[in-house]
Amino acid sequence: MSTGAKKKSRIRLAFSYLLLIAITICVLYPTIWIVMSSIRPGTSIYSESLIPSNPTFEHYISLFTSKEYQYGLWYWNTLKIAFCNMVFGVILVVMTAYALSRFRFYGRKNLMSGMLVLGMFPGFMSMIAVYILLMQLNLLDTHLALILVYSAGAPLGAFVVKGFFDTIPKSLEESARIDGATHWTVFRKIMLPLSKPMITYVGLMTFAGAWGDFIFAKLVIRSKENYTLAIGLYDMVNNASTNFTMFAAGAVLIAVPIALLYLYLQRFLVEGLTAGASKG
Amino acid sequence: MSTTQSVSTTANHTNSPSQEPSPMKASPGTGKKAAVLSALFWGLGQIFNRQYLKGILLMLLEAVGLFYLINNLPRAVWGIYTLGTQTSQFIKVGKVYKKIHGDHSIHLLITGLITLLVFFIFIWIYVLVVKDAKAVGKLREEGKTPNNFLESVAYVKETKFAYLFLALPATAVLFFTIMPIIFMILLAFTNYSAPDHVPPEKLVSWVGFQNFVDLLQLGTWSGTFYGVLTWTIIWAILATVTCYFGGILVALLIQQPGVKMKTMWRTIFIIPYAIPQLLSFLIMRNMFNGEFGPINQYLSYFGLGKLPWLSDPFWAKVTVLVVNMWVGIPVTMVLVIGILTTIPKDMYEAAEVDGATAWHKFKAITMPMILYSTAPILIGQFAGNINNFNVIFLLTNGNPPNGDYQYAGSTDLLVTWLYKLTLDNNKYNIAAAIGIIIFIIVASLSIWSYRRTKSFKEEDMIQ
Repeated sequence: MSTGAKKKSRIRLAFSYLLLIAITICVLYPTIWIVMSSIRPGTSIYSESLIPSNPTFEHYISLFTSKEYQYGLWYWNTLKIAFCNMVFGVILVVMTAYALSRFRFYGRKNLMSGMLVLGMFPGFMSMIAVYILLMQLNLLDTHLALILVYSAGAPLGAFVVKGFFDTIPKSLEESARIDGATHWTVFRKIMLPLSKPMITYVGLMTFAGAWGDFIFAKLVIRSKENYTLAIGLYDMVNNASTNFTMFAAGAVLIAVPIALLYLYLQRFLVEGLTAGASKG
Repeated sequence: MSTTQSVSTTANHTNSPSQEPSPMKASPGTGKKAAVLSALFWGLGQIFNRQYLKGILLMLLEAVGLFYLINNLPRAVWGIYTLGTQTSQFIKVGKVYKKIHGDHSIHLLITGLITLLVFFIFIWIYVLVVKDAKAVGKLREEGKTPNNFLESVAYVKETKFAYLFLALPATAVLFFTIMPIIFMILLAFTNYSAPDHVPPEKLVSWVGFQNFVDLLQLGTWSGTFYGVLTWTIIWAILATVTCYFGGILVALLIQQPGVKMKTMWRTIFIIPYAIPQLLSFLIMRNMFNGEFGPINQYLSYFGLGKLPWLSDPFWAKVTVLVVNMWVGIPVTMVLVIGILTTIPKDMYEAAEVDGATAWHKFKAITMPMILYSTAPILIGQFAGNINNFNVIFLLTNGNPPNGDYQYAGSTDLLVTWLYKLTLDNNKYNIAAAIGIIIFIIVASLSIWSYRRTKSFKEEDMIQ
């Protein structure tokens, strides 16, 4: 390589690092700002410096002790709902995807087109009807209603998983079938173990979906002791003028576990998203 | 329910109640007889075919179904047709006025819909049962022994496995997605809106295409509609393009040869994706706060004026786009990194042998590969952005207000406008009409693109 080209590539690298650092600042600033706000004394948004001179954990403590906010209870509610949604959502999604991917049956293409079409209606176009349906079932203001509705919507997102199942060679199950295995055995003993990365991805997505959902939860949940974190936090920030730092503390506690989970499982994110992409 | 019974059983009929010890040919016409019997009442044909347990179960099922339908179907049809005839009113009974509860049009509509869905399922099962009775009867005509109950179950598990797997998800989707969507589509053809047509005090009635005509032609509505529609489309294009190319750029930056600590950079840049959107937007809303937010604070440090990030129509639009990039770029980045690792190395080596520069390689290999693999995602993101509720609702809530608009602000998209119309202003009819229009836009776009993707055309060729 000539010295000129070497120099050129050095300049390019230096420039790239500068850009990477600039993006890092943009990415990290909001997160650092909210963490710093959460340990700043007082209640207001405004501060002289980014890093508080006399940090305090009082906001974190008062989240769990104050009478007005039942943060601990909301946390438990949200965990419960997100976990149940994850279990039921994954079961429904995997069942749908498996049937669509592995079997050729009458009406299959129409079913897939139908699922796609249903996914294109604006989500809460159906909210009013779901609301009245829940009212008739006497489920308003219950967590069961949220779990039911979130899980029931999950099968529509089965395409990513179907794309994944499509990539598992048919010969695997065919040889098992020749040996006399039933469909159920093939599914449980061969397919499920192979699809662990995909199940992890879907599980994470359904968990995060329920963890962060706000609109539907707000419609269904009325009483404060049934709140999820999302509603509680939205309530807090809507009176942000009175207590912004407390909101910041609440936000940090919500974001940290789910963000750690994402970062820990990022390999699966890459796999899941790419599987969805190459298969459309 | 098994529909046809093609598996003949000759051996292994020891203790089953439904089998004759020595099968012989049934008389011709058995199939027809069984079909007629099953048409009279489910299960009769099956019992005639000596599938006793199956027959009894089917009879019970029909009894339950009939009981439900007889109690509900007439009222359902009447309810959907009329949407109620009796308003709430006070009637003088003796000396006191007594409140009479009127018909609740909306409840009538929904319960009617549910009953109709059950009715259609009932009819569908009906057809299956009759077909089954006929097929089994035919088998008997040929001298074969019908399956006993356990064999039927095994048969279903063997050949109808897909249906078994789909039954539960399909039921869930039917009642929690399809029924509500049909309901909202129907609402678009009613006058269900505040203040004059809100049950239970008032009745709702069918109005045909009036809402669509109002929305497209009536000055007060159409002005808002075209304004919001224009911004929705501009937003969807800009938001998709910025996130898409931003993501590709970041991915290329990280993956280029010579850059060290690739995993660290990727992990940092995934952070926005890992934070729940709700939080990101609420935090950003405060960061861009015009008076106290840190962004404006920094601008004044550098001697620049404060910017009306969220309170000026133009700057508010810029803010939503910028914040959306922060949230959206990581997804594309992760995707593109995944694709970059799948591009075969020898393609680059071959290009180098031919003397290609870095730019040539990028233009002729990298970019086409990325575009080819992400094209379906791009369309999906565009459609998703048309329906991008969270970013607008949580960041600006459609504000700043726009005096020319009906119930909408300057940054409102069609979806957030729809939300305001239903939940804040009870204009359900117009909202439903808007929902249908959004659907038509998104659906035509997606179906067009989906039909072109590999996955739909050639999925059987993958294996």
